[in-house]
Amino acid sequence: MNIKEYLRTEFFPNVWCAGCGNGIVLRATLEAIKSLEITKDEIAMVSGIGCSSRATGYVDFHTIHSLHGRAIPVAVGVRAVKPNMKVLVMTGDGDCSSIGGNHLIHAARRNIDLTVIVFNNNIYGMTGGQVSPTTPYASRTTTTPSGNPEKSFDICSLVMGAGATYVARGTVFHVHQLIKLIKEAINHKGFSLIDVVTPCPVYYGRMNRYEDGITMMEEIKEKTITVEKARSMSEKDLEGKTVVGLLKKEEKDEFLQTYLSFYNTKKEAKSDTAV
Amino acid sequence: MRRLVQGNEACAHAAIKAGLSFFAGYPITPSSEIAEVISRYLPFKGGIFMQMEDEIASINAIIGAALAGARVMTATSGPGFSLMQEGIGYAVMVEAPIVLVNIQRGGPSTGLPTEVSQGDLMQSRWGSHGDFLSIVLSPSSVQEMYELTYEAFNLAERFRAPVVVLSDEVVGHLREGVDFENVSLPPIIERLKPEVPPGNYYPFEPSFNGVSPLPEYGTGYRFHVTGLFHNYKGFPTSDQKEISSLMDRLQNKIKNHIKEFFKFEEYQTKDADILFVSYGITTRSALEAVNILRRQGIKAGNLKLITLNPLDEEAISDILKNREMIFVPELNMGQLILDIKRLGCKDRVCAINRYDGDILTPQQLVDEVLKRIQAGVEVK
Repeated sequence: MNIKEYLRTEFFPNVWCAGCGNGIVLRATLEAIKSLEITKDEIAMVSGIGCSSRATGYVDFHTIHSLHGRAIPVAVGVRAVKPNMKVLVMTGDGDCSSIGGNHLIHAARRNIDLTVIVFNNNIYGMTGGQVSPTTPYASRTTTTPSGNPEKSFDICSLVMGAGATYVARGTVFHVHQLIKLIKEAINHKGFSLIDVVTPCPVYYGRMNRYEDGITMMEEIKEKTITVEKARSMSEKDLEGKTVVGLLKKEEKDEFLQTYLSFYNTKKEAKSDTAV
Repeated sequence: MRRLVQGNEACAHAAIKAGLSFFAGYPITPSSEIAEVISRYLPFKGGIFMQMEDEIASINAIIGAALAGARVMTATSGPGFSLMQEGIGYAVMVEAPIVLVNIQRGGPSTGLPTEVSQGDLMQSRWGSHGDFLSIVLSPSSVQEMYELTYEAFNLAERFRAPVVVLSDEVVGHLREGVDFENVSLPPIIERLKPEVPPGNYYPFEPSFNGVSPLPEYGTGYRFHVTGLFHNYKGFPTSDQKEISSLMDRLQNKIKNHIKEFFKFEEYQTKDADILFVSYGITTRSALEAVNILRRQGIKAGNLKLITLNPLDEEAISDILKNREMIFVPELNMGQLILDIKRLGCKDRVCAINRYDGDILTPQQLVDEVLKRIQAGVEVK
């Protein structure tokens, strides 16, 4: 199947700026789906609000552009009633870890079979470049004009702690690795999340004096360290580095399968018993 | 078999009877029994019950499940209902058939968790931002809770819109004799399925009286929904014509059919000089007050509103006509009365309000009426 067949090209051009990495994340996702030979009818894709979340409009699956932060609970609802579908969540760093943080950790805790792809550009792009939970310390944004005084979230650590069973980080520079990780995540039974490092040259870049998107891509490349290499490095050496690759993979009972088999072993209460 | 049933329990059984296949909720007094009863039976009937992390997750999960093809419901009370407001607007916009039950308790804020109120009437009509229309139904007995919850599913599926069952703590916790097997219910209304092949299907094309069919996920019909203003294909638009026609359609698909679903009941209204306009638990006291007043030779009557939104203004105005006095008893500071004043003779409409966590008793209503009569119809 040609990658174009997954796209709703009649809705092009897309909203993303020149130099933005979001198109690369979407392409990598479609390449993964293509190589897994999943039919379009078997995929539901849910997004929240933000630049990343516009992705669902452009692809020919069952798609939902939901409310800000709420892509995960909407996806949980789809997943609960369509156990044979692959449910993907396209979300941003602010969408999933700030306003949607509660849903993120609880979906991970329940190990619900969703594949969450986080377009992590360290900033709120759609609203004009405000600070996000993943904006690095001291970085400038429109709401931290003197630099970010807060500590940032590591979304991967967050969901690993909450119980996610497949967690990985990729970047839009390392596309082949990204496709491989997304493929594995979709195939994984249980909650999977890929944190994808992607540049926002228009807001993050301008505010932090990057010349253009290419400069940002080069920096992503320079800062990247593989999981394997990172293991032998000290915490100090890892400061400012982006560790990419598979961070956690665990086989555990998935929510819906457990739910269904659990009730198969139980007996229904008599309907005339009082509450 | 007739047995003692609690209002919340009746609500849960009605939902299952109506074909509920996915319920998501979060514990909150005084609605929790609905989730409890559903969790007890739904998993054994092929459905899924989920206790979510909060009310926001609950409403969004049922929207996702509804779009995928399920018949869905959530139940909550005031504070949870507040958290669900953004989701209600979203359900209106993507035209997701969902049922919400609000067992009202005292508010604002945490208010009176275990005591009754009718303070969320306006919120259930206007609570989400922007102009929108949701259907609101109000039961005044345990059996009516059963009937209206069932009907809420049919209305939601028929109109592809959210339907609120606006009940209250007393009806929710009241136990009355009901024989579920002998309650007469209309047939289940399934949502419209497309009659055209997938390539020709558009999720927001006003095919049948302004409502588009909603195909189940995985059946070849793939479509996009968004909370942004969108065209008939479901894709975002800023075209002014498309925006206004969408806004009009979302209202008209329901309003144009109001006569087919608007429900009210008249009691002794034919010759009534004194008319109560009541809803929910307050109706029970109003009906008894009518009896007491009639025994004293005062021609009283009651108009009970079952559908609280949208209002059939024509039907209500007709009934309000030529009354000496109209009383609107409510367990709030005066909400429905705003509409009754607008639709009836303004200077003859009086409020009877209570907002201390208890119900208005029949005697209180009678006393209030007699006081007004003695004062010589100087109502404001």
